[in-house]
Amino acid sequence: MPRRRVASAQGLWEHGGVSTALELARWQFALTTLYHFTFVPLTMGLAPLLAVMQTIWYRTADERWLRLTRFFAVLFVINFAIGAATGIVQEFQFGMNWSGFSRYVGDVFGAPLAIEGIGAFMLESTFIGLWIFGRDLLSRRAHLACVYVVWFGTWLSAYFIIAANSWMQHPVGYTINATTGRAQATDVWAIFFQRLTIMAFVHVIFAGLMTGGFVVLGVACWHLLRGRNIELFRRAATLAIFVVLPVSVIQLGWGSELGVAMTDVQPMKIAASEALWNSAKPAPFSLFQIGGFSASDPTPAFSIEVPGLLSFLATNSFTSEVEGINQVQAQEQATHGPGNYVPDVRLAYWSMRVMAYLGTLSLMLAIWGGILVRRKRLLEARWFQRAALAGIALPFLANFAGWILTETARQPWIVYGLQRTAAGVSTTSSTAMVGASLGVFVGLYGVLAIVDFWLMRRYARVDPPEIDDAPTGGAPRPAPQY
Amino acid sequence: MSLQATWFVLICGLWSAYFVTEGFDFGVGMLVPVLARTEEDRATMFAAIGPVWDGNEVWLLIAGGATFAAFPQWYATMFSGFYIALLAILVLLIVRVVSFEWRTKSAHAAWRGLWTWVNVIASYGAPLVWGIGLASLLYGTPIAANQEFTGSFWSLFSVYSVLAGLAVVALFALHGAVYLGLRGRDDAVRARAQALAFRLAVPATLLGAAFLVATLVVGVTRNHQGVGGGLVVLVLGVVAVLTALVCTWQRRPALAFGATAATIVLAVIMLFVELYPRVMVSSSAFANSLTVHNAASGHYTLTVMTVATLLLLPIVFAYQFWTYRVFRVRVSGETPVTPGDILTPRGGRPPDPPRGGAPPDA
Repeated sequence: MPRRRVASAQGLWEHGGVSTALELARWQFALTTLYHFTFVPLTMGLAPLLAVMQTIWYRTADERWLRLTRFFAVLFVINFAIGAATGIVQEFQFGMNWSGFSRYVGDVFGAPLAIEGIGAFMLESTFIGLWIFGRDLLSRRAHLACVYVVWFGTWLSAYFIIAANSWMQHPVGYTINATTGRAQATDVWAIFFQRLTIMAFVHVIFAGLMTGGFVVLGVACWHLLRGRNIELFRRAATLAIFVVLPVSVIQLGWGSELGVAMTDVQPMKIAASEALWNSAKPAPFSLFQIGGFSASDPTPAFSIEVPGLLSFLATNSFTSEVEGINQVQAQEQATHGPGNYVPDVRLAYWSMRVMAYLGTLSLMLAIWGGILVRRKRLLEARWFQRAALAGIALPFLANFAGWILTETARQPWIVYGLQRTAAGVSTTSSTAMVGASLGVFVGLYGVLAIVDFWLMRRYARVDPPEIDDAPTGGAPRPAPQY
Repeated sequence: MSLQATWFVLICGLWSAYFVTEGFDFGVGMLVPVLARTEEDRATMFAAIGPVWDGNEVWLLIAGGATFAAFPQWYATMFSGFYIALLAILVLLIVRVVSFEWRTKSAHAAWRGLWTWVNVIASYGAPLVWGIGLASLLYGTPIAANQEFTGSFWSLFSVYSVLAGLAVVALFALHGAVYLGLRGRDDAVRARAQALAFRLAVPATLLGAAFLVATLVVGVTRNHQGVGGGLVVLVLGVVAVLTALVCTWQRRPALAFGATAATIVLAVIMLFVELYPRVMVSSSAFANSLTVHNAASGHYTLTVMTVATLLLLPIVFAYQFWTYRVFRVRVSGETPVTPGDILTPRGGRPPDPPRGGAPPDA
């Protein structure tokens, strides 16, 4: 295991203090969340692409688009199933491992989760069933409408989950009940529509589109590399490039805007993710550094910096001041009492960089693809096709890094400024129980990952199905046969 | 009706919806080894629930989410206290979800057998644990004054809770058999399902009735309830389960399905009637029990949730109703069972990956 990963693991262990059950519960939440978020952005990104593909077929009666729709629908549904199954684990965990959190903020936090279930997830699940199994039973128009409902449902679902998470990042619209001593909602509009929610939601939607887009692009390029189904996959690759090119550009800017919004509400997160120990005006942006990740060793042994860039990223001005870790720590102590309010700086610094650098790499790949499409050279560009195939990994790794940054750099808080992570854990669960549950999930999810990868690979490599049953144009539909 | 009582009723309704809908797909899963003799039979049976089991399971997610939002203390105590039981349910539900997807992904007999059995075992296991767990809410588990659970995994086991678990399994099996009799094409599976429903009806009726009576007794003795309200539900429940029995014998599948559904709903209502106003009875000190008052969210959250639910639930009912109408055509083994089968021409084998194609990035 690389040294750096061991070090960050130790960072996690140091934080909560003494409780091993707490550490195991944190590991379980982190691992199951990242795992869940492997599948979610893919469905969020594939749904609109499928809707576009099916719409083109609907309007042009070009059967190639129908074949592509069905081909990618299989990949979509394999992932949706695992995403749904692992989503239930996420909900149950709040009660099982984090009952202190559920008791204290359930009055506020439960509402977006419940409304997600009844308003969005039910919609997605039902209409995916209709879309997949109902193609012979529905009119062409109704069948097309189903995929749009699925798209709407996946994004709506993401909105409610991001609203819940943003409330943990920046709790608003609540009061502490004097009798129970617990958080209580007072303003539902603030909870559901605070600025951070909107910012983070768009960021996650773009991440989903990049994930779906780069997967379609990579799979299409695999076929192009082998000269198979060229006329189909040239179209799929072009469509994917049309999506990822603008989205990658906007995402870089949007991510930095989210950074500005985050600086307002959690100055520690930005200071830690830049390993900026002391306030600086203007603050440089560190591209790479060795050392400088702990209070006892605040100065890097080696670093490459861009002067003033951090000031710009954090505040949109090249000259303004950015607060350092030590200054924010002093403020936090003044507000919340003695304690260590510094997250794992090394983890924050590198997760930020992995996310940003992979985002930049994605943009370069997308620009390269855009140029090839414009010059009509996509089919001959073997190196691009190989790069795009490897590029499938980019969005997934960037997504992981993004969540690691968001969640670990909020520590020691589970709800920023309101409840500490150590106070959120279930007091009833023993180390053995949480350890057993963590072991069960690691084993089970490991098997699922292997089989899912095998299935995805297999179904990404088959030839798109021939259309033997679909009417073209305005021809009458054959009656369903049963 | 107070907001707390409204939400208690709504959560009772959500559990009913979950048990009625997922109940028949659990039941079909349970009956696979009994009713299916060939791979084609198994495909027919899984096809009968293919388009709907996913949506059915969402009711559980909603019931959980609604409990979290409306009664956070109930959610926190129950989920952290019944830890091992819920972990078991999570594992069973996850492997069941993937077994639907993966069963048909290879033609190997061993592979198909493995995922078929995974599905069967999970279809028995999850309802059994739900029955035991929910019955324990009424029977009582050790709960301290600070609302924290102080028992262990074994606190969930009593004669009553195990009876409840077995009754749930038996009712779901009957519900599933009746569903197959209602939906299967006129073929061997349908004939066998109808014959099996005939034989299952007696034990399911006995266990169902025993559960209803035991729930009344437990409610009166352990939760200080009067006899009146429970007796009404008991009578209705017994009528429903006897109707199911008679309709099964008379081979009237549509009525029988309605009657098994009604029995399941009345069994859930029975439990909730005997619980109210408590949501978790404490066996260590009755005063420590969680109630709809001391476990609930504030007035504001309950109001917001009520408005949201009143707006959303009719929409859900509308599209669910439409879905079942769309899929009311009788299914056969030829209907796509899993999404992978979309790639398969009707009646054909799943596609093989191309031969001689090099691995993507070796």
